[in-house]
Amino acid sequence: MTAPTSAPPAPSGPLLLDMQHIQKAFAGVTALDNASLGVAAGEVHALIGQNGAGKSTMIKVLTGAYRRDGGSITFAGQPVDFASPLAAQRGGIATIYQEVNLVPLRTVAENIFLGREPRKWGLIQWPAMNAEAARLLTELGIQLDVKEPLGSFSTAIQQMVALARAVSINARLVIMDEPTSSLNEREVETLFGVIRGLKARGVSVIFVSHRLDELYAVCDRITVMRDGRTVYAGDMQGISRLQLVEQMLGREIKNAGAQTGFVKHKGSAGAKPLLGVGGVVRGTRLQGASVEVGEGEVVGLAGLLGSGRSELARVIFGADQPDAGELRFGGQPVQFRSPSDAIKAGLGFCSEDRKAEGIVPELSVRENLTLALLPRLSRAGVVDNRQQAEIVERFVASLGIKTSNPDQPIRELSGGNQQKVLLARWLAMNPKLLILDEPTRGIDVGAKAEIQRLIGELAQEGLGVLMISSELEELIEGCQHVTVLHDGKTVANLAGDEISEAQLLHAMAQGLEPEDMPRPPTPPQVRA
Amino acid sequence: MLSTNAKADRAKRTRLLSTLSQYGVLAALILLIVFGALRYTGFMSEYNFSTFLRYNAMFGLISLGMCFVIMTGGIDLSVGSVVAMSSVVAALLSPYGAFTALLGAVLAGALVGLLNGWIIARLGIQPFITTLATLLGARGLALLLARNQGGVGVDTSNTVFTWFGQGDLLRLPVPGVMMIVAFVLGAVALRATPFGRHALAIGGGEDASKLMGLNVGRIKLGVYVLSGALAGLAGLILASQLGAGQPTEGLGWELSAIASVVVGGTLLTGGTGSVWSTLVGAMLLGLIFNILNFENGKGIISLSPYWQSVIRGGFLLLVVVLQSRLARQKGRS
Ligand SMILES: Nc1ncnc2c1ncn2[C@@H]1O[C@H](COP(=O)(O)OP(=O)(O)OP(=O)(O)O)[C@@H](O)[C@H]1O
Ligand SMILES: [Mg+2]
Repeated sequence: MTAPTSAPPAPSGPLLLDMQHIQKAFAGVTALDNASLGVAAGEVHALIGQNGAGKSTMIKVLTGAYRRDGGSITFAGQPVDFASPLAAQRGGIATIYQEVNLVPLRTVAENIFLGREPRKWGLIQWPAMNAEAARLLTELGIQLDVKEPLGSFSTAIQQMVALARAVSINARLVIMDEPTSSLNEREVETLFGVIRGLKARGVSVIFVSHRLDELYAVCDRITVMRDGRTVYAGDMQGISRLQLVEQMLGREIKNAGAQTGFVKHKGSAGAKPLLGVGGVVRGTRLQGASVEVGEGEVVGLAGLLGSGRSELARVIFGADQPDAGELRFGGQPVQFRSPSDAIKAGLGFCSEDRKAEGIVPELSVRENLTLALLPRLSRAGVVDNRQQAEIVERFVASLGIKTSNPDQPIRELSGGNQQKVLLARWLAMNPKLLILDEPTRGIDVGAKAEIQRLIGELAQEGLGVLMISSELEELIEGCQHVTVLHDGKTVANLAGDEISEAQLLHAMAQGLEPEDMPRPPTPPQVRA
Repeated sequence: MLSTNAKADRAKRTRLLSTLSQYGVLAALILLIVFGALRYTGFMSEYNFSTFLRYNAMFGLISLGMCFVIMTGGIDLSVGSVVAMSSVVAALLSPYGAFTALLGAVLAGALVGLLNGWIIARLGIQPFITTLATLLGARGLALLLARNQGGVGVDTSNTVFTWFGQGDLLRLPVPGVMMIVAFVLGAVALRATPFGRHALAIGGGEDASKLMGLNVGRIKLGVYVLSGALAGLAGLILASQLGAGQPTEGLGWELSAIASVVVGGTLLTGGTGSVWSTLVGAMLLGLIFNILNFENGKGIISLSPYWQSVIRGGFLLLVVVLQSRLARQKGRS
């Protein structure tokens, strides 16, 4: 192994947080095993590891959301044992959690101030609270009506609101568990600005992300976790990308050339048309969107946030009805009244919002994985358990889903592993066309390459794939065609060599002011 | 930019719809009042108004407590039994002074609420099961306290006690005044105190609320105690009006309370809730009875109380269907 073996360099200042020998098991499954984490005052600390490595558990043990089984925590020089997230917040730790963050039904302002509303004689001062919330968001470059329910805004906005909340708690340590998963380039830049601001004030930050560039951009030091253990701690600049990934995966990387796991096959010129969508109009969000997918093709759907990509996918899948436009599937004009029609015809749709539209938290991995498949697996209403078990086993193995056993409730899985189960659900259906909305969001580098490889392989076997992605590498390396949407309209169709970063960015940014242009994202993948 | 416009549009539509669903019940209430005023003599009389309020204040009170419970995503099935139990307690204590009786009745209700809240918040048992158990338990206690007699007589020499249920204050029936005060306090609590806002937040996302540092257990305990105490107050009024503590009264009242809350537009799944809409809902359901009574009085048709129940049930269904339609449209836009 090429990773440095010398003792990690001592952090610059005295430790603000020192977690040692942390143990945590859930019903016999060890989530943390002798894990440690040290964060100096005023430093930005990266916490990284594969899906299920134990990052979120480590954070929840610290903030008292989980009780630890063993180990010690020192914060600001004192041994601490926070009994609840409330206690941790009072103790000076503000946290943006990965999975559940806020309350969608309550207003934006309430979500920022919940639990510490400005009061006078016991009564909440609404005007003051709303004004302060608006001010905090303006500082983050967001202007919106803070009296609207949070749920009426996009995931990205919600993440920014969570950020505003964390920043406004006068904390000595701010923890961010994958805060950037739904943010676009510009919002990520804003976030970095906030992090640098915190650092300048002497506040420490723990930053969890699967995007390596982000880590190199803002972090001073890094801790790498693998299988519940801390396997590396040191300076961010002291470790190369390749070493980092090797530490994470615990094995050497061979294929370091390509940036994604895609093996692109030249789509046969005469691919049989599978899906044809023309001139779809729906409300104000879709204003003439068109896209074509042939058998065995991976077609990318690109566009900025709010360009109508997800909306178009929902229309194709029958979840929404178009006001105008035509749909052809397998050469026939069709109109899907509901998703179940679409599924019957051979479509699959893996949505971007796994919390709201995807997983059933209380059900097991096995049940979640075969949910859409059940009608086919059962005879006279009785499920064929053997066949079900076989399918589950196959996908758990091929996608590397980390679960103690297939009957574990899915809510107990780490965020990235939940995503994998969802993907497996649709792959198991053996569809003719699969619509993937941000299929690799929140998934670690190792599994990401696996999933991308799998998509490529399935396409080679004849599956048509329509892939929404905000990661340009994924589009460039994985797709035979890319359709670009802007304000609900198809503005470009790129094929072959036309699919380049410059062309994509140009098409996506049509009609935008130059300052709105997203900067080309730097590749998030393995490069030594 | 286009999408910003669309968003503003959508927000406006959503707000309009929620306003509609909020004021829809109020409009129905007003329509029914106008209908009654035009059709029946004596409907708008002070006498009818005062008896209506006197009786329905009890339903208003338990609906208010239920509203807070439902906001957190819970349910309190025990309130009907608690009303009966507290009425017995109040009657038993009436010889020792009106305020002793008041305190005793409210405290008895609050204790049942405390038990509910403790089991739900600390032991994590489902509210439905927990309060079903206390529904049975409180009814049994009421019968035990009444020593299995038909009812416990109230000390009629205690005029203040009688005044609680039958008296007037500023020409308004005392129970009505109690209800209005309770609703004003409830509205302030919901709008402007951390207790109210946090109850809403918990109903909208319990895990998220916990992670944001809310003391979920304490809030839950609070709403059940509130619900129990208000049911206790209703029990006092009942004893005063009947002149006796009635261990067999209050049957099914919890369902009326739930109906009032739902008609008022509060979702049973929690996370939303309006105190005023709940009041309107409770009055609306009461008014349907009142109108049917008048209709019977006209002698054209004669509806048995059973029919009245059927009509109220049908009405509830209608409201719920309308609401879910509105909600679906809201989701679509
Ligand atoms: N409540 C729970 N019950 C049982 N097992 C759990 C629970 N929470 C986490 N685990 C297990 O602990 C391990 C670590 O999970 P954790 O969420 O900390 O991973 P992570 O590093 O945050 O991954 P990701 O990058 O996917 O978010 C996983 O194997 C997971 O299945
Ligand atoms: Mg995690």
